Amino acid sequence: MADYNLIGKDFTPQDVRPKVTGTGKYSEDFKKDGMCYMKMLLCPMPSANVTNLDASEALAMPGVLGVLTADEVPAVDEPGYPMLTNKPRQLGMPICAIAAETESIAAEALERIRVAYEPQPFVLDPLESLYPGGPNALDSGNVTGGGEGNPPIHTRKWTARDFAEAGEDRLPMGEAPVEWSVGDVEAAFAEAALVIDEPFVTASSTHQALEPRSVLAYWENGKCFIHGSSQSQSWMMPGLARMMDVSLDDIVYIAEYCGGGFGAKASPYPIQGMAGYMAKKIGRPVMMRVTRAEEYHLGGTRPGFQGQVKLGFNANGKMIAADLYIVQSGGPNRGSGDYSSAAGALALVYTPTNMRFRGAAVVTNKPWHVSQRGPGQNQLATVVEPLMDRAAKELGIDRVAIRDLNAPEADVVFTESQSTVTSMYLKEAYKLGAEKFNWEEKKAMSGQRNGSKVIGVGVGSAYHSAGSNGFDGLISIRPDGKLYVHSGVGNLGTYSYAGTCRAAAEVLGCSWENTVVLRGDSRHGLPWTLAQFGSNSTFTNTRTNFVAATKAKEMLQRLAAMDLGGEPGDYEVANEAVTNTSDSSKTMTFAQAGQRAIELGGEWDGTEYPDNLNDVTKAALKNVTGSGLVATAKDELFKEGSVPGMAAAFCMIELDTDTGKYEILEMHSIADCGTVLHPQGLQQQLRGGAVMGIGEAALDRMIYDPQNGLCATVGLYQTKPPSILDVPTLIETDAVNQPDPQNPFGVKGIGEPAMGCAASALLSAISDATGTYFNRTPVDPDMIINALSGRPQSFTPLQVNV
Amino acid sequence: MQKKFSSNRYDPQGAVRDDVSRRHFIKGVIACGTVAGAAGLMTGCSDSGDGGSAPAGSAERLISINVNGMSRNVDVMPNETLAHTLRNKLGLTGTKLGCDRGSCGACTVMIDGTTVNSCSILTHTVRNANVVTVEGVGGGNGELHPVQTAMIEELAPQCGYCTPGQVVSGVALLQRNPNPTREEVRHALAGNLCRCGAYNNYVNAIVKAAGSA
Repeated sequence: MADYNLIGKDFTPQDVRPKVTGTGKYSEDFKKDGMCYMKMLLCPMPSANVTNLDASEALAMPGVLGVLTADEVPAVDEPGYPMLTNKPRQLGMPICAIAAETESIAAEALERIRVAYEPQPFVLDPLESLYPGGPNALDSGNVTGGGEGNPPIHTRKWTARDFAEAGEDRLPMGEAPVEWSVGDVEAAFAEAALVIDEPFVTASSTHQALEPRSVLAYWENGKCFIHGSSQSQSWMMPGLARMMDVSLDDIVYIAEYCGGGFGAKASPYPIQGMAGYMAKKIGRPVMMRVTRAEEYHLGGTRPGFQGQVKLGFNANGKMIAADLYIVQSGGPNRGSGDYSSAAGALALVYTPTNMRFRGAAVVTNKPWHVSQRGPGQNQLATVVEPLMDRAAKELGIDRVAIRDLNAPEADVVFTESQSTVTSMYLKEAYKLGAEKFNWEEKKAMSGQRNGSKVIGVGVGSAYHSAGSNGFDGLISIRPDGKLYVHSGVGNLGTYSYAGTCRAAAEVLGCSWENTVVLRGDSRHGLPWTLAQFGSNSTFTNTRTNFVAATKAKEMLQRLAAMDLGGEPGDYEVANEAVTNTSDSSKTMTFAQAGQRAIELGGEWDGTEYPDNLNDVTKAALKNVTGSGLVATAKDELFKEGSVPGMAAAFCMIELDTDTGKYEILEMHSIADCGTVLHPQGLQQQLRGGAVMGIGEAALDRMIYDPQNGLCATVGLYQTKPPSILDVPTLIETDAVNQPDPQNPFGVKGIGEPAMGCAASALLSAISDATGTYFNRTPVDPDMIINALSGRPQSFTPLQVNV
Repeated sequence: MQKKFSSNRYDPQGAVRDDVSRRHFIKGVIACGTVAGAAGLMTGCSDSGDGGSAPAGSAERLISINVNGMSRNVDVMPNETLAHTLRNKLGLTGTKLGCDRGSCGACTVMIDGTTVNSCSILTHTVRNANVVTVEGVGGGNGELHPVQTAMIEELAPQCGYCTPGQVVSGVALLQRNPNPTREEVRHALAGNLCRCGAYNNYVNAIVKAAGSA
């Protein structure tokens, strides 16, 4: 492996100290002179038409400053999510907002708004919507996206026969909006030594970032300032500009800290714009503090699945056929492509030689649905990994061996689009994990009893496409002698914004002490980059910073040759200077180079820039030009195929057969994330992902009352995230540390599979301890007790909201 | 197949399903003889926005509280939570609000050495107590507490929103038990939820701080 100064070494990111001292400012921590408060009126039922809205009594209250209604904000067509609406299609969808001098007055004013609602039919269970004559969640239909020739939303109903033939125990499988296949699935099943065919449910669950998405907005000199809670920075700019109907130059976005997002704060979300519109209307800075309960309605929900999976294995344990049908439960919005990503994950992680996928994404009158950490791939892992155990047991094969047998190699080709990967070391992750966990010894302990307690041992894995390309890098070298790396990456708490900036310092041989990371405020001049989602930042932004720094290096060499004589190739860049390799007296420090670039202008100080840059970068350059030597470049490095972040986890539990509760005695998580960029950051992602995975497997779910469509999970105690007592005392982590050839430093992402591997390893261990395959997440102690005592579960196999 | 909706009084902001502790809390306030704008509480907000425009029937009163070793004079509403006073009137925004319901622990402060959810205690009740927030656990001149130093070294925070609460819980533990076991640390942090799942690193840091303190 290459010998790096910074890559692969630990460091202290600049935002850690402010986090432990409490000085880091999240959106709700800002104050602005003249600031007033806003509160939203949320729809109290799952679907309604507002026939009349009378705010006169509220507006007459002392201290009330204004009301904002749906007519005053941009209209959004279904299945987009509206900022405010008179046709709320979800419990808690915002109808209007009130601004007042204090939050109490705003809240009291809300109660004085007279709203006449006309309740509409609603649907919470996708299968009910697909039933002939079943309700559509939206006026324009019930199925979104996907599938060639399908409009963004349309109506689709299956036949009564589809439902009758399936009965209670199988997924009805009507005509699918999305379908693809590879090979001959039916023929392969006919040849299979073992066929497993199971219905499954994965619950909708909510992200529950600890920071509610409060927002502060105000206007100054025609510019709209937004202090938002978001896991992305530059990615927010175009959407916010569109939302506020201003140019990119007139959006100032400040998001230095974000109290967790997990996918739900990745892109501009409509309620961010609401404060901006209110601020414009009343001419005051507007703070909207979002409550925890509101967060459950507006904070994003992971789509749930109802599905049927049929897997065929030969006698050796090779998966020769897979047939997957997923009905995805969305909210009243476009939602995410979890179901398609799940199919991709099955195709890649288990390499079935023949596969068919069918899927339907159905809208419901539940909350805004959006990607959550490992969208699709992590649900799939919880469905298939326990079934791999079952196949192993029925075929008499070791459970790690069957996974290793089916795991992809680097030359894998998967799905109907014949996708490839940039690198692949899942087999190595299984091997390393089995060694560290001591699989053979632990396996022998499986089933050991101690009174009412029994040992269960599990293994799981997960995948996410963890890298992208085509974004811009921007750095400046200034007369203060420092290297400034402009980062458009958000601050999700992974520290990858900082780790990726080290790539630029590495290329330029600059010390980390003399490197300044600019981020978190668009006024710094931050280049266009992808959102901080999809585990992509590590791969994507080491590339952007590599190309920008490589360009800066070339510029420094040219500048030195021009001023000091010789050829650019005679100079090397190191130690914050550019120096002639054969005559060290010919040297120019970063400070001198920055000063000289300002004098020269033109191509040197950012006045001229490449035409292929994104508009966001071009707008950002206006804040950077003339500050020093400015180098900016678009990442046009070679990239082909998916960048697979892979992870494997091993887990041992002690399950009490009297109570259905268990303690996780050990958890090991192993990453294939290419070269390790930041060891502490990796360890943190693997541990944090494991904790969230424990939640996915055992705790996280949204529950709706089927009669009235009301939500029963609007508090942390009603859908509790794992607490410190629910997780192992120490989660062990490691990485195979093999470079990805399509990244200049060999790095790729890992955040999302870190969750799915742990979730599936825990379910695998629960199945091992109980001898039951639940085909459902989350698995709770009641279900375990029912299974152990031979009682039927309290729900049917495809029932949701349980 | 239209289903009848029985009531439009459901409050999606939480007054119906999420109000158990809050209702008791409000009753307590009302029993004190002060009926503040209950709507504000019912919808989950304490009174943000500094004095002068309080709802009818309530009044701010100037009191003195001891925060981080300093006596601070502050106008306080009868129904005002300590978290609100700290964040909005004393500028101590290190104390975070994750739920405003005593569930998450992000607002943890010490009152006479004991950890308390500052979202669920009235400022009036701490007039004779010593309140310590995350801003006050270190020494003067920006000196960090060993727990904070160890959290930096262990890269304990992820998003950082629960971190002030974890710091305060850790410092309070070491004050009453300078050499805790890992298990004791886990129990001391049991009231501080971390959605990022940084629990192991918080425990590592506090154990390390105990060793160096």
